[in-house]
Amino acid sequence: MMQNDIKRLSLFLLFAPFALWIILLIVLPHLGMFYISLQEKVGPRVYEFGLANYINFFNEPIYWNTLIRTGSMSMLVTVLALLLGFPIAYYIAKIAGNRTRGALFLMCLIPLWVSDLIRAFGWILLLRETGIISSSLQWAGLINTPIEFLYNDAAVIMGLVYTVILFMIVPLVSTLDGMDNSMIEAGYNLGGNGPTVLRRIIIPYAMPGIVSGCIVVFMLTAGSYLTPILLGGKNSSWFTEQIYDQFITRYNWESGAAFGFLLLAFTSLVIWGGLKLSGQTLNSTVARS
Amino acid sequence: MAIKPNTAFLTSYRIYVAAFFVFLAAPLVAAGMFAFNDSVFPSLPWQGFTLDWFFNDSEPKLGMFHDRRLLRGLYYSFVIASFVSLLSVFVGTCNAFLFVRCRFPAKDFFYIMMVVPLVIPGVILGISILLLASNIANGAEESLSLDLDFLRPGIVLVVLGQFSFITTITSLVIIARLRKFDQSMEEAAYNLGASRARVLRTITLPFLFPAMAAAGIVAFLVSFENFNTTLFLVGSEAPLTITMYDRMVKVGSTPVLNAVSFFLMVGSALLALVSILVQRDKPQT
Repeated sequence: MMQNDIKRLSLFLLFAPFALWIILLIVLPHLGMFYISLQEKVGPRVYEFGLANYINFFNEPIYWNTLIRTGSMSMLVTVLALLLGFPIAYYIAKIAGNRTRGALFLMCLIPLWVSDLIRAFGWILLLRETGIISSSLQWAGLINTPIEFLYNDAAVIMGLVYTVILFMIVPLVSTLDGMDNSMIEAGYNLGGNGPTVLRRIIIPYAMPGIVSGCIVVFMLTAGSYLTPILLGGKNSSWFTEQIYDQFITRYNWESGAAFGFLLLAFTSLVIWGGLKLSGQTLNSTVARS
Repeated sequence: MAIKPNTAFLTSYRIYVAAFFVFLAAPLVAAGMFAFNDSVFPSLPWQGFTLDWFFNDSEPKLGMFHDRRLLRGLYYSFVIASFVSLLSVFVGTCNAFLFVRCRFPAKDFFYIMMVVPLVIPGVILGISILLLASNIANGAEESLSLDLDFLRPGIVLVVLGQFSFITTITSLVIIARLRKFDQSMEEAAYNLGASRARVLRTITLPFLFPAMAAAGIVAFLVSFENFNTTLFLVGSEAPLTITMYDRMVKVGSTPVLNAVSFFLMVGSALLALVSILVQRDKPQT
């Protein structure tokens, strides 16, 4: 009896902080946000229950265009991060020698410890009209007048890939690391060539890592604020910018809440689709530790 | 080596990997380098080496250690990060025991709930917490005429906002360590007559300590560099990232921002190194 009571008490004590954290800081705020997004303003300080904020979103092309643009650019960034990051992860996990492996992995992590702001600031110093790349090209005589590399979509995409690619490489390295080399050798011995082995053995094995990396990268990209604004300038039209605008500039919290909820719903939908397509679950990918 | 591809392929592969690391380092080098350039603009040409952007005490080259606003931002960042780190390690440790040791219904569901904060965009976490806190504060003011100041944008909300997703990170780190624990060590101690509290204090917690310390450092760094969540919850006590962003937008880029960047990069590199060293297992005998 005693033993059981102690068990129950300790379960309760351990569950309490978890429940407080999840309920007070995650569940309630999101329910509240959803509730507020359903309030329509009919007069000064008078609200009615209704879908006006959502209807307003769909009636105003600039709003949903921004969401679609944010979503498609985030997918592009995710694909680029996967294509660029996979060879690096494979090199670290399978090709590099024991000693270089650790060092390379650490080097991959270094930018992770540096604030988004500093990374974006570094890119600004490199890419702007008076920046390092432009002045070096002038000095080398390749161009005559300074070139502005900032404030276009390519700069935004490159900056975002830079910011998120580590979150692709880290899970990939850890899955590829667990893969037995003999599996790859067996593939070659059975007559497979490089591309076949990659497609039939390595990629299926690395799937949990790939999906996990893609989820995190997509979420981080779609929810990012600093990189698109600083590298894309006034015309970056990123959806988080619209949310900020509704909240802080227009002080229209109801519509801002609706936008926030739409971003959340949209990104969750994309991730749910990705998990279904790849046959993975959230538990087998992101939560795997 | 798994595959023995031809040398030409391997060479170009190596060049790609090298180019990738140059790409990774480029903006960090650019941000750090101009902290030492003796010019009022962070751009080429190089005007000579100086430490003015750190230590000079007068305009136009006011160094970061004499810039009151930046120092205040650094102080607030430090306070916020310390609270976030302590709180999230505490809850993360509780979560580790909860999910590794306890049995309860719907455990898988709760585990997913624990991971979810990590995949919610930071901006959304920020606004949802802002909305809830403001509504509670407004409600309390109107119906009870209570002034719940801590629910207004400020340090408390920033700490809560960052804590809400950083706890997931600390939990995952500590859970991974607790899973490796050999329970027979605890049983041996019980058999030798030790109490629960004593076993926890002398065996289990010392085993977990490296992971707790590493999780604390990670939490501290993530909090220090967080921008998205903080942006919506910040009051008058702006942490460093917000102060820097304001400066960048209002004044434009000045080398003092490079000095701050350099300072932060060195600081985080040192902390990251410490977190790796404490997590390294001592060789087993």
